[in-house]
Amino acid sequence: MIRSAPPSSVPAPVRAPLRRRERITEWLNEGALILPAAILLIVFLIGPFVMAGFLSFTNERLVPRPIPTRFVGFDNYARALGDPDFWQAFRNTFYFALLVVPLQLSISLGSAMLLNAKIHARSFFRTVTLLPLVTPITVVIVIWAALFQIPDGMLNNLLRLFGYDGAYVNWLGDARWAMPSIVLLSAWATFPFQMLIYLAGLQEIPVERYEAARIDGANAWAQFRYITFTGLRNVHVFVLITTTIQAFKLFVQVDLLTRGGPLGATNTLVRYMVQEGYSAQKIGYASAVAILFFVLVAGFALLQRALIPND
Amino acid sequence: MIRRLGRLLPTLVAVILAFVVLVPLSMMFTVSLNPDEARIQISLGTIEAFIPHVASLENYREVLSDPHQPFLRYLLNTLIVVAGIVGTGLIVNAAAAFALAWGRGPYRKAFLATVIAVYVIPGESLVLPLLLMMSRIGWVDSYQVQIFPFIANAFAIFLFYQFFSGMPRELIEAAKIDGAGLLQVFFRIGLPLSMPVVSTLAILGFLDAWNSYLWPMMVTRGPEYRPLSVAMAAYFTSQQAFWGNVMAFAVLMTLPVLIVYLIFQRWFVASVMSSGVKG
Repeated sequence: MIRSAPPSSVPAPVRAPLRRRERITEWLNEGALILPAAILLIVFLIGPFVMAGFLSFTNERLVPRPIPTRFVGFDNYARALGDPDFWQAFRNTFYFALLVVPLQLSISLGSAMLLNAKIHARSFFRTVTLLPLVTPITVVIVIWAALFQIPDGMLNNLLRLFGYDGAYVNWLGDARWAMPSIVLLSAWATFPFQMLIYLAGLQEIPVERYEAARIDGANAWAQFRYITFTGLRNVHVFVLITTTIQAFKLFVQVDLLTRGGPLGATNTLVRYMVQEGYSAQKIGYASAVAILFFVLVAGFALLQRALIPND
Repeated sequence: MIRRLGRLLPTLVAVILAFVVLVPLSMMFTVSLNPDEARIQISLGTIEAFIPHVASLENYREVLSDPHQPFLRYLLNTLIVVAGIVGTGLIVNAAAAFALAWGRGPYRKAFLATVIAVYVIPGESLVLPLLLMMSRIGWVDSYQVQIFPFIANAFAIFLFYQFFSGMPRELIEAAKIDGAGLLQVFFRIGLPLSMPVVSTLAILGFLDAWNSYLWPMMVTRGPEYRPLSVAMAAYFTSQQAFWGNVMAFAVLMTLPVLIVYLIFQRWFVASVMSSGVKG
C-alpha cells in the first residue's frame, strides 16, 4: 500500500549528539504532534474494538441492571450461529452484495469509458453523472420511495409502458422484489464513486497502446478486452473489494424503506446487530455479532492487500 | 456518415445516462414546488411529477415553520458536527502524520503499522461498545458525542503520511537549522504545503459527515442535537402522506451539498479519484 519508502529507511545524516535540554524540547514537540491523534485513536477506535471483543463473552446490557454482568464464555457466538434470523441476515447481506457489486461495477466502468471518450458536452455529462454522489443517502431513499409507489408509481408505469401486463410490482412489499429494489436504489446512489476511480484508472493507460493496437488491426472489442480491461487490473481489485465491503455494510436503505421486511427478506447483518444491541439492548450478544462482522470485512480487506502487489 | 454515427452513439448513451440520473432528482424538485397534495398523490407516477408546472414555495414555508421539526436547527447541528469533525480532524491527523514522517521517536514504525491495521475495522463493529461507553459517561445527546469519535482517522493519517514522507529532506532540515522545532516546522511548512491532501480529506469528510446516519440515530434523542440525516428519516416516516413537504425538506437538505459541489467540482472529482488510486 505504501508507495513511497518511509523516511526511516533513509540513513539519517550524522549529527552531533543533542544536549539534554534540546532533547527534551524535541520530545515535547513530537509529543504535541502525535499525542492528540494517538489518544483519540486509543479511546475511540482501539478501545471500543477491544471492548467489543471483551463484551462478546459477557451478557452485558445497555442500561445497567441489578443483576451483575457475568462471563458467558462462547454462549453469544453459539447463540448467533444457531439463530435462523442471524443466518437469514447473513444470506441477505451476501445476496445484496452478489447483486449490487456486478451491476454497479459494470455501470461504473461503462460510464467511465463513456465520459473518457470524445463525446459532445463531456463536461456537462460529467457534472450530471456525479450528482447522485452528492445527494445525501437519506434523500435518495426518500426519492426512490416515491418512485417505488404502488400501484401507479413511476417504476410501475414505466413497466406498463414497456408492455408489462400484470397488475403491478409491489417493489418493497414483495419478499422476492424487495432486495432487488434496494439494489437498484443503492447502485444509483453510489455508482459515481466507482466511476471516478475507473476514470482515474483509464487516464493512466497510455494512449500509445491503443494506437499500436490499431496499427496491428485490433478491433474495438479486442482493444477493450486486451488493453482497457487488462490495464485496469489493480483498479478492478480495489473497486471490487471496496464495493463488496461497502455492500456488506448495508443498513440505512433497508432500515428506512422496509424495516428489514417483508418477512426478514431485507434484514442485513448490520441491521440485525443494531436491532439486538440497540433496540433490544443486548450489548453483549450484539458485540459477538459485531466481531463476526469484523472478521468478514477484515477478511475481504486482507484479500485486497494480497491481490494488489505492493511496489 | 458512419463515422459521424460512431461519434453520435456514445453521446446518445450519455444522454440516457443523464436521464437516469436527472429524472429522480427532477421529481424531487417538481414535487417540492407543488402545493396541491391531492394532485401530487394522483400524478406521482406520471410525467407531471417530473416537469415543473407550478412554482409555489408553500411546501418550503411549511417545512421551515414546523415547530416540531425545526429544519434550521437540524441544519445548524449538522454544520457544527461537520465543522467539528473536519476542522479538528485535519489538524490532528496531519500533525500525527508529520511526526510519523519526520519525528525521531522509536514508536513510529509500530504506530504506522497500527494505523494501517485499524483501517480495516468497520465502524459498524464499534458503534455498540462506543454507545455503551458514551451512555455511561453521560455524553449521549450532545455535539461532542457526534464529533470526538471521528476526529482521528486512520485513512487521513495514512494519506497525510504519504504526502509528508515524500517531501524533500533538505526542506525540513533547513527549517530545523534555523532553530524551529518540529511543531513549528509542521505549522510553517508541512501543513501549508499539504493543501492538496487537506482539500481531498475535507471534501470526503464533509460528504461522510453529511451522510452519517447510524451513529447519530443512536446517540441523539430530539431536535436539540439531531443532524439533518436523522431528521430527514424521521420526517419521512412521520409525513409519508405529504410528499410535497417531504420533498421540500429533501431539497433543502441537498442544496448546501449541491452548491458546494458545483463550486468546487474540480476538487471534488480530484479528491474522489485520489482516494481510490492511492488506497
